[in-house]
Amino acid sequence: MKEQAVKAAGERGTGEAAVRTIGLTRLFGSLAAVDHVDLVIPYGEIFGLLGANGAGKSTLIKMLTTLLPPTSGHAQVGGFDIVGAPALVRGRIGYVPQLLSADGALTGYENLLLSAKLYGLPREERHDRIEEALDFMGLADSAKRLAKTYSGGMIRRLELAQAMLHRPAILFLDEPTIGLDPVARHVVWERLRELRSSYGMTVLITTHDMEEAETLCGELAIMHGGRIAVIGKPLELRTGLGPTASLNDVFAHYAGGGISDGGDFSGAVRTRRTARRLG
Amino acid sequence: MLRFLRESTAIAQVELLKLVRDPTEMFSRAVQPVLWLTVFGQVLAHVHGIYTGEIGYLAFITPGILAQSVLFSAIFYGIAVIWERDLGVVHKLLVSPALRNSLVFGKAISAGFRGLVQAVVIYGIALAMHITLRLEPQAILGVLAAVLLGSGLFSTFSLIIACIVKTRERFMGIGQVLTMPLFFASSAIYPLELMPGWLRIVARLNPLTYLVDVLRGLMIVGGVSMHGLGVDFAILLAIFVVFLLVAVRLYPTLVE
Repeated sequence: MKEQAVKAAGERGTGEAAVRTIGLTRLFGSLAAVDHVDLVIPYGEIFGLLGANGAGKSTLIKMLTTLLPPTSGHAQVGGFDIVGAPALVRGRIGYVPQLLSADGALTGYENLLLSAKLYGLPREERHDRIEEALDFMGLADSAKRLAKTYSGGMIRRLELAQAMLHRPAILFLDEPTIGLDPVARHVVWERLRELRSSYGMTVLITTHDMEEAETLCGELAIMHGGRIAVIGKPLELRTGLGPTASLNDVFAHYAGGGISDGGDFSGAVRTRRTARRLG
Repeated sequence: MLRFLRESTAIAQVELLKLVRDPTEMFSRAVQPVLWLTVFGQVLAHVHGIYTGEIGYLAFITPGILAQSVLFSAIFYGIAVIWERDLGVVHKLLVSPALRNSLVFGKAISAGFRGLVQAVVIYGIALAMHITLRLEPQAILGVLAAVLLGSGLFSTFSLIIACIVKTRERFMGIGQVLTMPLFFASSAIYPLELMPGWLRIVARLNPLTYLVDVLRGLMIVGGVSMHGLGVDFAILLAIFVVFLLVAVRLYPTLVE
């Protein structure tokens, strides 16, 4: 395992932080979806990004994963600039989108094989790495089954296996446990913790689940109106608000408190579709 | 170059695998060319309403129907891409370090597989109807190459439309608006000489005309390519390359 951790560390760039943003901003017309965000995520952290619908979490993730160019500001991921060296950034990150994106018409093994080829894993290493990732995620026995026959939790673990296959320095997970039952959620959390301890991966996760944020994340940022409203360790955030405050109270305090009008129609459709696919 | 080939092949292999596992779409798409040849073609051939020179009308429209099948199956390819975007598959592909041009080219090649299946179906129907086809290996290989090129061209065009309109509902509308004019403003079912002057100009700007022309020159006994096979292939290739360049620029905007 030590050797694997070293290999993961070898994927890192030259920066001191896994993610560093300075004044990162994205405008859609006159609307600032992400508004001058300054963020530093150290290597090896499981970092939670919270916020009401429309707070700017997904837009921030899209920029950090090079899917969306920023309007202004700077960001380095894995030591490389997201605008100046997007290809280098892509080689150092893994990504699990909110939607279930594993190809149901392919087997688990074939899904991973496609990723292995797109990430340029050497032919002679592909099989062993795929077997290792499937084994790590507890999917070795289901490798030859079509992914459409998998349970929701299995599909999520397959997607995590895809994302970790090339041993990225940083994993971006957009609401990875949405729609999962409690058992499946805990299995995913356990695998994420192991990814960090065994491979030294940094994990940036967006979630609406306060239990997930509290138990999984070492540090949290709550976004509101495109800005970082507060940042800190879960315990610090709770005690900072009051002796009996829960993380839900912290969220309500910093994320606006009232009924959120944020998010858009397509976002709601996506969430419902994911929940439906998970059964 | 090796990287480009490896990544394009990976995308195309996946599509081929899915096609083999679930060929339903292929069979359903084969119904339309069967109807065009056995119903429309037979009736028009009996009427003798369209003069097609030495070759019979059925033989004349066979390459046109193949080109039409290629167009119809490729032009709605963009819907699948929008669906992939909605599922997050496009996000995942674009977050990978794979070259954008390999992703787009891989998609075009996989559309080509669907075109090849159409070609096999139409060869089968045409032979069953005793239409005199050229069966020399070089002629058949030329037809398959043209079908691959045509499928790639129209599927990439479809991808461009998908990146512009972004939703399935809008795409369906645009797709319907485009297919029939592309089909009727070509030499698929009647010679260019029968068209009024303005339509002939439109037809000469239509890539389908060049696909029909190359197929007509290679597929049927006595068929002649009006522009010359080299010119047809060169024009199709040039348009394909331009579409590829545009699609590579637009594909990432699909997830913005």
